Amino acid sequence: MDALQYGPVGVFVVLSAAFAFATLVVAYLLRPADPYEQKLLTYECGIVPFGEAWSKFFVRYYIIALMFVVFDVEAIFMYPWAVVYKALSHADALGLYPAVEMAVFVGVLLVGLAYAWGKGDLQWISET
Amino acid sequence: MSVLSAITTWLRDALEGICQRYGIPLLAVDILAWLTAAVSVIALVLLIVLFFVYLERKVSGYVQTRLGPMRVGPIGLFQTPMDALKLLLKEDIVPRGADKILHTLGPVLFFVAAMLGYVVIPWDAKATIARHVDLNIGILYVTAVASVGIIGLIMAGWGSNNKWSLLGAMRSAAQMISYEVPMLLAIICVVMQAQSLSLGQIVNSQQGTWLLGWYCWRPWLWLPLILFFIAATAEVNRVPFDIPEAESELVAGYHTEYSGMKFGLFFLTEFANVFIVGLVGATLFFGGWLSPFGNPDPLHIPGFFWLMAKALAIVIFLMWVRWTLPRLRVDQLMALAWKLLIPAGFLAIFIVAVVLLYV
Repeated sequence: MDALQYGPVGVFVVLSAAFAFATLVVAYLLRPADPYEQKLLTYECGIVPFGEAWSKFFVRYYIIALMFVVFDVEAIFMYPWAVVYKALSHADALGLYPAVEMAVFVGVLLVGLAYAWGKGDLQWISET
Repeated sequence: MSVLSAITTWLRDALEGICQRYGIPLLAVDILAWLTAAVSVIALVLLIVLFFVYLERKVSGYVQTRLGPMRVGPIGLFQTPMDALKLLLKEDIVPRGADKILHTLGPVLFFVAAMLGYVVIPWDAKATIARHVDLNIGILYVTAVASVGIIGLIMAGWGSNNKWSLLGAMRSAAQMISYEVPMLLAIICVVMQAQSLSLGQIVNSQQGTWLLGWYCWRPWLWLPLILFFIAATAEVNRVPFDIPEAESELVAGYHTEYSGMKFGLFFLTEFANVFIVGLVGATLFFGGWLSPFGNPDPLHIPGFFWLMAKALAIVIFLMWVRWTLPRLRVDQLMALAWKLLIPAGFLAIFIVAVVLLYV
Protein backbone atom coordinates (compact mmCIF):
# COMPACT_ATOMS: atom_id res chain seq x y z
CA MET A 1 0.00 0.00 0.00
CA ASP A 2 2.91 2.30 0.71
CA ALA A 3 4.16 2.17 -2.84
CA LEU A 4 0.70 3.35 -3.89
CA GLN A 5 1.57 6.72 -2.39
CA TYR A 6 3.73 7.33 -5.41
CA GLY A 7 1.00 6.47 -7.91
CA PRO A 8 -0.07 10.11 -8.34
CA VAL A 9 3.56 11.07 -8.88
CA GLY A 10 3.68 8.73 -11.83
CA VAL A 11 0.39 10.05 -13.15
CA PHE A 12 1.74 13.59 -12.85
CA VAL A 13 4.94 12.78 -14.70
CA VAL A 14 2.99 11.26 -17.58
CA LEU A 15 0.34 13.97 -17.74
CA SER A 16 2.61 16.98 -17.47
CA ALA A 17 5.06 15.55 -20.01
CA ALA A 18 2.09 14.84 -22.27
CA PHE A 19 0.91 18.42 -21.85
CA ALA A 20 4.34 19.84 -22.63
CA PHE A 21 4.74 17.71 -25.75
CA ALA A 22 1.15 18.42 -26.80
CA THR A 23 1.76 22.18 -26.77
CA LEU A 24 4.92 21.66 -28.80
CA VAL A 25 3.02 19.52 -31.32
CA VAL A 26 0.17 22.02 -31.57
CA ALA A 27 2.71 24.79 -32.05
CA TYR A 28 4.43 22.66 -34.72
CA LEU A 29 1.14 22.34 -36.61
CA LEU A 30 0.23 26.02 -36.37
CA ARG A 31 3.47 27.92 -36.74
CA PRO A 32 5.26 29.04 -39.86
CA ALA A 33 8.66 27.53 -40.67
CA ASP A 34 11.02 29.56 -42.78
CA PRO A 35 14.58 28.87 -41.71
CA TYR A 36 17.44 30.40 -43.67
CA GLU A 37 21.16 30.73 -43.21
CA GLN A 38 21.22 33.96 -41.21
CA LYS A 39 18.29 33.01 -39.00
CA LEU A 40 19.99 29.81 -37.92
CA LEU A 41 23.11 31.56 -36.66
CA THR A 42 23.42 31.63 -32.90
CA TYR A 43 23.06 35.03 -31.29
CA GLU A 44 26.30 36.68 -30.42
CA CYS A 45 25.49 40.36 -30.11
CA GLY A 46 25.04 40.77 -33.85
CA ILE A 47 28.44 39.58 -35.01
CA VAL A 48 29.07 36.31 -36.80
CA PRO A 49 29.71 33.78 -34.04
CA PHE A 50 33.28 32.59 -33.78
CA GLY A 51 34.95 29.67 -32.05
CA GLU A 52 33.28 26.81 -30.25
CA ALA A 53 30.25 27.39 -28.05
CA TRP A 54 30.97 24.17 -26.21
CA SER A 55 34.14 25.54 -24.76
CA LYS A 56 36.03 25.44 -21.52
CA PHE A 57 34.29 27.00 -18.57
CA PHE A 58 35.28 28.38 -15.24
CA VAL A 59 36.67 25.76 -12.85
CA ARG A 60 34.89 27.48 -9.94
CA TYR A 61 31.61 25.87 -11.00
CA TYR A 62 33.21 22.53 -10.40
CA ILE A 63 34.25 23.38 -6.86
CA ILE A 64 30.80 24.75 -6.05
CA ALA A 65 29.29 21.48 -7.32
CA LEU A 66 31.63 19.47 -5.09
CA MET A 67 30.75 21.57 -2.05
CA PHE A 68 27.08 21.20 -2.89
CA VAL A 69 27.28 17.42 -2.96
CA VAL A 70 28.85 17.41 0.51
CA PHE A 71 26.34 19.78 2.06
CA ASP A 72 23.30 18.34 0.30
CA VAL A 73 24.06 14.81 1.43
CA GLU A 74 24.67 16.15 4.88
CA ALA A 75 21.27 17.92 4.89
CA ILE A 76 19.64 14.64 3.84
CA PHE A 77 21.26 12.95 6.84
CA MET A 78 19.86 15.67 9.08
CA TYR A 79 16.24 15.17 8.00
CA PRO A 80 15.57 11.88 9.84
CA TRP A 81 17.27 13.35 12.89
CA ALA A 82 15.10 16.47 12.68
CA VAL A 83 11.90 14.40 12.57
CA VAL A 84 12.68 12.48 15.76
CA TYR A 85 14.68 15.17 17.58
CA LYS A 86 11.94 16.42 19.90
CA ALA A 87 10.66 12.95 20.66
CA LEU A 88 14.18 11.71 21.44
CA SER A 89 15.10 14.51 23.80
CA HIS A 90 11.73 14.63 25.59
CA ALA A 91 9.81 11.38 25.43
CA ASP A 92 12.85 9.12 25.41
CA ALA A 93 14.50 11.40 27.97
CA LEU A 94 17.82 11.40 26.19
CA GLY A 95 18.19 15.09 27.01
CA LEU A 96 21.17 16.69 25.35
CA TYR A 97 22.40 13.50 23.71
CA PRO A 98 20.73 13.90 20.26
CA ALA A 99 21.73 17.58 20.08
CA VAL A 100 25.35 16.91 20.95
CA GLU A 101 25.54 14.02 18.53
CA MET A 102 24.36 16.17 15.64
CA ALA A 103 26.62 19.02 16.77
CA VAL A 104 29.62 16.72 16.39
CA PHE A 105 28.50 15.63 12.92
CA VAL A 106 27.83 19.21 11.76
CA GLY A 107 30.98 20.41 13.49
CA VAL A 108 33.15 18.17 11.32
CA LEU A 109 31.48 19.57 8.21
CA LEU A 110 31.82 23.14 9.42
CA VAL A 111 35.54 22.55 9.81
CA GLY A 112 35.45 21.52 6.15
CA LEU A 113 33.59 24.70 5.22
CA ALA A 114 36.09 26.78 7.19
CA TYR A 115 38.93 25.00 5.37
CA ALA A 116 37.41 25.72 1.96
CA TRP A 117 36.83 29.31 3.04
CA GLY A 118 40.41 29.65 4.22
CA LYS A 119 41.73 28.15 0.98
CA GLY A 120 39.80 30.83 -0.91
CA ASP A 121 37.53 28.35 -2.67
CA LEU A 122 34.45 30.33 -1.72
CA GLN A 123 35.94 33.36 -3.44
CA TRP A 124 34.45 33.59 -6.92
CA ILE A 125 37.32 35.68 -8.17
CA SER A 126 40.50 34.36 -6.62
CA GLU A 127 43.27 36.78 -5.80
CA THR A 128 46.05 34.34 -6.60
CA MET B 1 -17.53 21.60 0.25
CA SER B 2 -19.77 19.03 1.91
CA VAL B 3 -21.87 18.80 -1.26
CA LEU B 4 -18.72 18.23 -3.27
CA SER B 5 -17.41 15.53 -0.96
CA ALA B 6 -20.84 13.87 -0.97
CA ILE B 7 -20.72 13.75 -4.77
CA THR B 8 -17.18 12.36 -4.84
CA THR B 9 -17.97 9.72 -2.21
CA TRP B 10 -21.04 8.65 -4.18
CA LEU B 11 -19.07 8.56 -7.40
CA ARG B 12 -16.34 6.52 -5.79
CA ASP B 13 -18.80 4.00 -4.34
CA ALA B 14 -20.53 3.70 -7.69
CA LEU B 15 -17.26 3.13 -9.52
CA GLU B 16 -16.03 0.60 -6.98
CA GLY B 17 -19.35 -1.22 -7.34
CA ILE B 18 -18.85 -1.42 -11.11
CA CYS B 19 -15.30 -2.65 -10.61
CA GLN B 20 -16.39 -5.40 -8.25
CA ARG B 21 -19.13 -6.52 -10.60
CA TYR B 22 -16.86 -6.90 -13.60
CA GLY B 23 -13.79 -8.05 -11.70
CA ILE B 24 -11.65 -5.01 -12.45
CA PRO B 25 -9.05 -4.36 -9.71
CA LEU B 26 -9.98 -1.46 -7.42
CA LEU B 27 -6.72 0.21 -8.36
CA ALA B 28 -8.48 1.36 -11.53
CA VAL B 29 -10.69 3.67 -9.45
CA ASP B 30 -7.63 5.12 -7.76
CA ILE B 31 -5.92 5.72 -11.06
CA LEU B 32 -9.04 7.42 -12.37
CA ALA B 33 -9.14 9.61 -9.25
CA TRP B 34 -5.47 10.51 -9.67
CA LEU B 35 -6.01 11.35 -13.32
CA THR B 36 -8.93 13.62 -12.50
CA ALA B 37 -7.01 15.30 -9.73
CA ALA B 38 -3.87 15.68 -11.82
CA VAL B 39 -5.78 17.19 -14.73
CA SER B 40 -7.52 19.67 -12.44
CA VAL B 41 -4.31 20.65 -10.66
CA ILE B 42 -2.42 21.14 -13.93
CA ALA B 43 -5.32 23.19 -15.31
CA LEU B 44 -5.41 25.25 -12.12
CA VAL B 45 -1.67 25.89 -12.27
CA LEU B 46 -1.84 26.96 -15.91
CA LEU B 47 -4.69 29.37 -15.17
CA ILE B 48 -2.88 30.76 -12.14
CA VAL B 49 0.28 31.20 -14.17
CA LEU B 50 -1.57 33.18 -16.82
CA PHE B 51 -2.95 35.35 -14.05
CA PHE B 52 0.48 35.74 -12.42
CA VAL B 53 2.06 36.99 -15.61
CA TYR B 54 -0.68 39.59 -15.81
CA LEU B 55 -0.30 40.37 -12.11
CA GLU B 56 3.46 40.75 -12.40
CA ARG B 57 3.04 43.29 -15.18
CA LYS B 58 0.34 45.11 -13.27
CA VAL B 59 2.34 45.22 -10.02
CA SER B 60 5.45 46.32 -11.93
CA GLY B 61 3.35 49.00 -13.56
CA TYR B 62 1.97 50.35 -10.32
CA VAL B 63 5.38 50.29 -8.64
CA GLN B 64 6.65 52.51 -11.46
CA THR B 65 3.55 54.73 -11.41
CA ARG B 66 2.20 53.49 -14.70
CA LEU B 67 -0.84 51.37 -15.38
CA GLY B 68 0.60 48.20 -16.87
CA PRO B 69 -1.34 46.38 -19.61
CA MET B 70 -4.64 48.15 -20.31
CA ARG B 71 -5.50 47.64 -23.98
CA VAL B 72 -6.42 43.99 -24.49
CA GLY B 73 -9.73 43.26 -22.79
CA PRO B 74 -11.09 45.02 -19.70
CA ILE B 75 -8.14 46.48 -17.71
CA GLY B 76 -5.83 44.39 -19.85
CA LEU B 77 -7.08 41.04 -18.56
CA PHE B 78 -6.75 39.26 -21.91
CA GLN B 79 -3.16 40.36 -22.41
CA THR B 80 -1.53 37.13 -21.22
CA PRO B 81 -3.90 34.69 -22.99
CA MET B 82 -3.16 36.64 -26.17
CA ASP B 83 0.59 36.49 -25.47
CA ALA B 84 0.32 32.74 -24.97
CA LEU B 85 -1.53 32.44 -28.27
CA LYS B 86 1.14 34.52 -29.96
CA LEU B 87 3.91 32.29 -28.61
CA LEU B 88 2.03 29.28 -29.93
CA LEU B 89 1.98 30.77 -33.42
CA LYS B 90 5.61 31.88 -33.51
CA GLU B 91 8.27 30.14 -35.52
CA ASP B 92 10.49 27.77 -33.58
CA ILE B 93 14.09 28.49 -34.47
CA VAL B 94 16.63 25.81 -33.64
CA PRO B 95 20.09 27.21 -34.35
CA ARG B 96 22.38 25.25 -36.64
CA GLY B 97 24.73 22.98 -34.77
CA ALA B 98 22.38 22.78 -31.78
CA ASP B 99 21.70 19.45 -30.18
CA LYS B 100 18.08 19.12 -31.31
CA ILE B 101 17.07 16.48 -28.77
CA LEU B 102 18.48 18.33 -25.76
CA HIS B 103 17.10 21.60 -27.12
CA THR B 104 13.59 20.14 -27.06
CA LEU B 105 13.89 18.02 -23.91
CA GLY B 106 15.28 20.88 -21.80
CA PRO B 107 12.09 22.94 -21.50
CA VAL B 108 9.94 19.81 -21.21
CA LEU B 109 11.98 18.45 -18.31
CA PHE B 110 12.02 21.87 -16.64
CA PHE B 111 8.24 21.98 -16.90
CA VAL B 112 7.65 18.42 -15.67
CA ALA B 113 9.92 18.96 -12.66
CA ALA B 114 8.01 22.09 -11.70
CA MET B 115 4.63 20.38 -11.98
CA LEU B 116 5.79 17.44 -9.86
CA GLY B 117 6.07 19.67 -6.82
CA TYR B 118 2.32 20.20 -6.85
CA VAL B 119 1.59 16.55 -6.07
CA VAL B 120 2.09 16.89 -2.32
CA ILE B 121 0.62 20.33 -1.64
CA PRO B 122 -2.21 19.98 0.90
CA TRP B 123 -4.91 22.11 -0.76
CA ASP B 124 -7.45 21.59 1.98
CA ALA B 125 -8.06 19.63 5.16
CA LYS B 126 -8.41 16.30 3.39
CA ALA B 127 -7.34 17.16 -0.09
CA THR B 128 -3.93 16.48 -1.30
CA ILE B 129 -4.21 15.10 -4.79
CA ALA B 130 -6.17 11.97 -3.96
CA ARG B 131 -6.90 9.37 -1.37
CA HIS B 132 -3.53 7.79 -0.82
CA VAL B 133 -1.51 10.89 -0.97
CA ASP B 134 -0.06 12.64 1.89
CA LEU B 135 3.42 11.51 0.97
CA ASN B 136 5.17 10.99 4.27
CA ILE B 137 8.34 12.50 2.87
CA GLY B 138 6.35 15.53 1.59
CA ILE B 139 8.69 18.47 1.97
CA LEU B 140 11.79 16.47 1.15
CA TYR B 141 10.06 15.35 -2.04
CA VAL B 142 9.33 18.97 -3.01
CA THR B 143 12.97 19.99 -2.69
CA ALA B 144 14.08 16.82 -4.49
CA VAL B 145 11.93 17.32 -7.57
CA ALA B 146 12.69 21.05 -7.59
CA SER B 147 16.35 20.28 -8.17
CA VAL B 148 15.56 17.99 -11.12
CA GLY B 149 14.61 21.15 -13.02
CA ILE B 150 18.28 22.21 -13.00
CA ILE B 151 19.05 19.32 -15.35
CA GLY B 152 16.50 20.78 -17.76
CA LEU B 153 18.28 24.13 -17.65
CA ILE B 154 21.66 22.55 -18.28
CA MET B 155 20.20 20.58 -21.21
CA ALA B 156 18.79 23.78 -22.67
CA GLY B 157 22.00 25.73 -22.19
CA TRP B 158 24.23 23.00 -23.54
CA GLY B 159 21.92 22.05 -26.39
CA SER B 160 21.66 25.59 -27.74
CA ASN B 161 25.23 25.77 -29.08
CA ASN B 162 25.48 29.33 -27.87
CA LYS B 163 28.05 30.80 -25.51
CA TRP B 164 25.51 32.91 -23.66
CA SER B 165 23.22 29.94 -23.16
CA LEU B 166 25.98 27.74 -21.80
CA LEU B 167 27.22 30.45 -19.44
CA GLY B 168 23.67 31.23 -18.30
CA ALA B 169 22.94 27.57 -17.67
CA MET B 170 26.17 27.07 -15.74
CA ARG B 171 25.45 30.11 -13.64
CA SER B 172 21.88 29.16 -12.89
CA ALA B 173 22.96 25.64 -11.97
CA ALA B 174 25.63 27.01 -9.63
CA GLN B 175 23.14 29.42 -8.13
CA MET B 176 20.34 26.93 -7.68
CA ILE B 177 22.51 24.28 -6.06
CA SER B 178 24.17 26.86 -3.82
CA TYR B 179 20.86 28.22 -2.55
CA GLU B 180 19.35 24.79 -2.19
CA VAL B 181 21.57 24.16 0.85
CA PRO B 182 20.32 27.10 2.97
CA MET B 183 16.77 26.27 1.90
CA LEU B 184 17.18 22.68 3.08
CA LEU B 185 18.64 23.94 6.36
CA ALA B 186 15.74 26.35 6.89
CA ILE B 187 13.24 23.57 6.21
CA ILE B 188 15.02 21.32 8.73
CA CYS B 189 14.10 23.85 11.43
CA VAL B 190 10.41 23.57 10.52
CA VAL B 191 10.66 19.79 10.42
CA MET B 192 12.19 19.76 13.91
CA GLN B 193 9.29 21.84 15.16
CA ALA B 194 6.57 19.83 13.40
CA GLN B 195 8.27 16.45 13.92
CA SER B 196 7.13 15.32 10.50
CA LEU B 197 8.11 15.64 6.86
CA SER B 198 4.54 15.36 5.63
CA LEU B 199 3.14 18.72 4.56
CA GLY B 200 -0.31 17.73 5.85
CA GLN B 201 1.16 17.03 9.28
CA ILE B 202 3.12 20.27 9.24
CA VAL B 203 -0.11 22.21 8.64
CA ASN B 204 -1.99 20.24 11.29
CA SER B 205 0.65 20.98 13.91
CA GLN B 206 0.11 24.71 13.30
CA GLN B 207 -3.45 24.66 14.61
CA GLY B 208 -4.11 26.94 17.53
CA THR B 209 -6.26 29.82 18.67
CA TRP B 210 -7.05 31.80 15.55
CA LEU B 211 -3.81 32.35 13.71
CA LEU B 212 -1.51 32.17 16.74
CA GLY B 213 -0.44 28.58 16.07
CA TRP B 214 1.24 29.45 12.77
CA TYR B 215 4.98 29.01 12.76
CA CYS B 216 5.56 32.62 11.76
CA TRP B 217 4.67 33.59 15.34
CA ARG B 218 7.44 31.58 16.96
CA PRO B 219 10.49 33.81 17.35
CA TRP B 220 12.95 30.90 17.01
CA LEU B 221 11.54 30.21 13.55
CA TRP B 222 12.02 33.76 12.27
CA LEU B 223 15.57 33.16 11.11
CA PRO B 224 14.53 30.03 9.13
CA LEU B 225 11.62 32.01 7.67
CA ILE B 226 13.92 34.75 6.38
CA LEU B 227 16.45 32.20 5.12
CA PHE B 228 13.73 30.23 3.38
CA PHE B 229 12.42 33.21 1.47
CA ILE B 230 15.85 34.49 0.45
CA ALA B 231 16.88 31.03 -0.74
CA ALA B 232 13.55 30.40 -2.45
CA THR B 233 13.79 33.69 -4.34
CA ALA B 234 17.17 32.55 -5.61
CA GLU B 235 15.86 29.08 -6.43
CA VAL B 236 13.25 30.51 -8.77
CA ASN B 237 15.80 32.90 -10.33
CA ARG B 238 13.98 36.08 -9.49
CA VAL B 239 15.42 39.53 -8.95
CA PRO B 240 17.65 40.25 -7.00
CA PHE B 241 19.00 36.80 -7.88
CA ASP B 242 18.22 36.69 -11.60
CA ILE B 243 21.88 36.30 -12.60
CA PRO B 244 21.08 33.45 -15.04
CA GLU B 245 19.14 35.84 -17.24
CA ALA B 246 20.77 39.12 -16.37
CA GLU B 247 19.99 40.94 -19.63
CA SER B 248 22.78 43.42 -19.23
CA GLU B 249 25.50 40.77 -19.18
CA LEU B 250 24.16 37.46 -20.47
CA VAL B 251 21.53 38.45 -23.08
CA ALA B 252 18.85 36.00 -21.90
CA GLY B 253 20.91 33.29 -20.25
CA TYR B 254 19.86 29.71 -20.90
CA HIS B 255 16.89 30.64 -23.08
CA THR B 256 18.75 32.96 -25.46
CA GLU B 257 18.20 30.59 -28.38
CA TYR B 258 14.60 29.75 -27.60
CA SER B 259 11.59 31.05 -29.40
CA GLY B 260 7.96 30.14 -29.85
CA MET B 261 6.33 27.57 -27.60
CA LYS B 262 9.61 26.20 -26.22
CA PHE B 263 10.30 29.64 -24.81
CA GLY B 264 6.66 29.66 -23.69
CA LEU B 265 7.30 26.52 -21.64
CA PHE B 266 10.26 28.15 -19.90
CA PHE B 267 8.21 31.23 -19.18
CA LEU B 268 5.29 29.22 -17.87
CA THR B 269 7.53 27.09 -15.70
CA GLU B 270 9.19 30.06 -14.09
CA PHE B 271 5.86 31.33 -12.89
CA ALA B 272 4.75 27.84 -11.88
CA ASN B 273 7.87 27.74 -9.71
CA VAL B 274 7.02 31.10 -8.18
CA PHE B 275 3.56 29.77 -7.35
CA ILE B 276 5.01 26.70 -5.67
CA VAL B 277 7.28 28.90 -3.56
CA GLY B 278 4.15 30.76 -2.47
CA LEU B 279 2.32 27.53 -1.66
CA VAL B 280 5.21 25.88 0.19
CA GLY B 281 6.04 29.09 2.06
CA ALA B 282 2.40 29.43 3.12
CA THR B 283 2.30 25.78 4.16
CA LEU B 284 5.51 25.85 6.17
CA PHE B 285 5.19 29.15 7.95
CA PHE B 286 1.69 30.58 7.54
CA GLY B 287 -0.55 27.68 8.40
CA GLY B 288 -1.31 26.38 4.91
CA TRP B 289 -5.05 25.93 4.48
CA LEU B 290 -5.80 26.89 8.11
CA SER B 291 -8.19 29.79 8.46
CA PRO B 292 -6.98 32.83 10.45
CA PHE B 293 -10.35 32.89 12.25
CA GLY B 294 -10.04 29.53 13.97
CA ASN B 295 -10.71 26.02 12.76
CA PRO B 296 -13.07 24.97 11.42
CA ASP B 297 -13.64 28.31 9.82
CA PRO B 298 -16.63 30.09 11.42
CA LEU B 299 -17.70 31.47 8.03
CA HIS B 300 -17.31 28.09 6.29
CA ILE B 301 -14.77 29.47 3.88
CA PRO B 302 -12.93 26.47 2.41
CA GLY B 303 -9.28 26.03 3.35
CA PHE B 304 -8.39 26.08 -0.33
CA PHE B 305 -9.32 29.76 -0.42
CA TRP B 306 -7.03 30.57 2.51
CA LEU B 307 -4.12 28.66 1.03
CA MET B 308 -4.52 30.52 -2.26
CA ALA B 309 -4.84 33.87 -0.50
CA LYS B 310 -1.63 33.27 1.46
CA ALA B 311 0.26 32.04 -1.59
CA LEU B 312 -0.94 35.07 -3.55
CA ALA B 313 0.24 37.41 -0.79
CA ILE B 314 3.70 35.79 -0.87
CA VAL B 315 3.86 36.04 -4.66
CA ILE B 316 2.93 39.72 -4.57
CA PHE B 317 5.66 40.18 -1.97
CA LEU B 318 8.18 38.58 -4.35
CA MET B 319 7.03 40.92 -7.13
CA TRP B 320 7.42 43.88 -4.81
CA VAL B 321 10.95 42.76 -3.90
CA ARG B 322 11.75 42.61 -7.60
CA TRP B 323 11.31 46.34 -7.96
CA THR B 324 12.95 47.21 -4.66
CA LEU B 325 16.35 45.52 -4.72
CA PRO B 326 19.08 45.75 -7.35
CA ARG B 327 20.57 42.61 -8.89
CA LEU B 328 23.58 41.03 -7.19
CA ARG B 329 26.84 40.39 -9.02
CA VAL B 330 27.68 36.74 -9.55
CA ASP B 331 30.55 36.75 -7.03
CA GLN B 332 28.39 38.53 -4.45
CA LEU B 333 25.68 35.97 -5.08
CA MET B 334 27.95 33.04 -4.31
CA ALA B 335 29.47 34.78 -1.31
CA LEU B 336 26.01 35.47 0.10
CA ALA B 337 25.03 31.80 -0.16
CA TRP B 338 28.20 30.19 1.15
CA LYS B 339 29.50 32.75 3.59
CA LEU B 340 26.32 34.12 5.09
CA LEU B 341 23.24 31.98 4.49
CA ILE B 342 24.74 28.54 5.12
CA PRO B 343 26.42 29.47 8.44
CA ALA B 344 23.18 31.27 9.35
CA GLY B 345 21.26 28.10 8.49
CA PHE B 346 23.36 26.06 10.92
CA LEU B 347 22.90 28.77 13.53
CA ALA B 348 19.13 28.57 13.01
CA ILE B 349 19.15 24.80 13.49
CA PHE B 350 21.23 25.25 16.64
CA ILE B 351 18.77 27.82 18.03
CA VAL B 352 15.75 25.62 17.27
CA ALA B 353 17.50 22.60 18.79
CA VAL B 354 18.18 24.48 22.02
CA VAL B 355 14.69 25.97 22.20
CA LEU B 356 13.03 22.61 21.59
CA LEU B 357 14.86 21.18 24.59
CA TYR B 358 12.79 23.45 26.80
CA VAL B 359 9.55 24.04 24.89
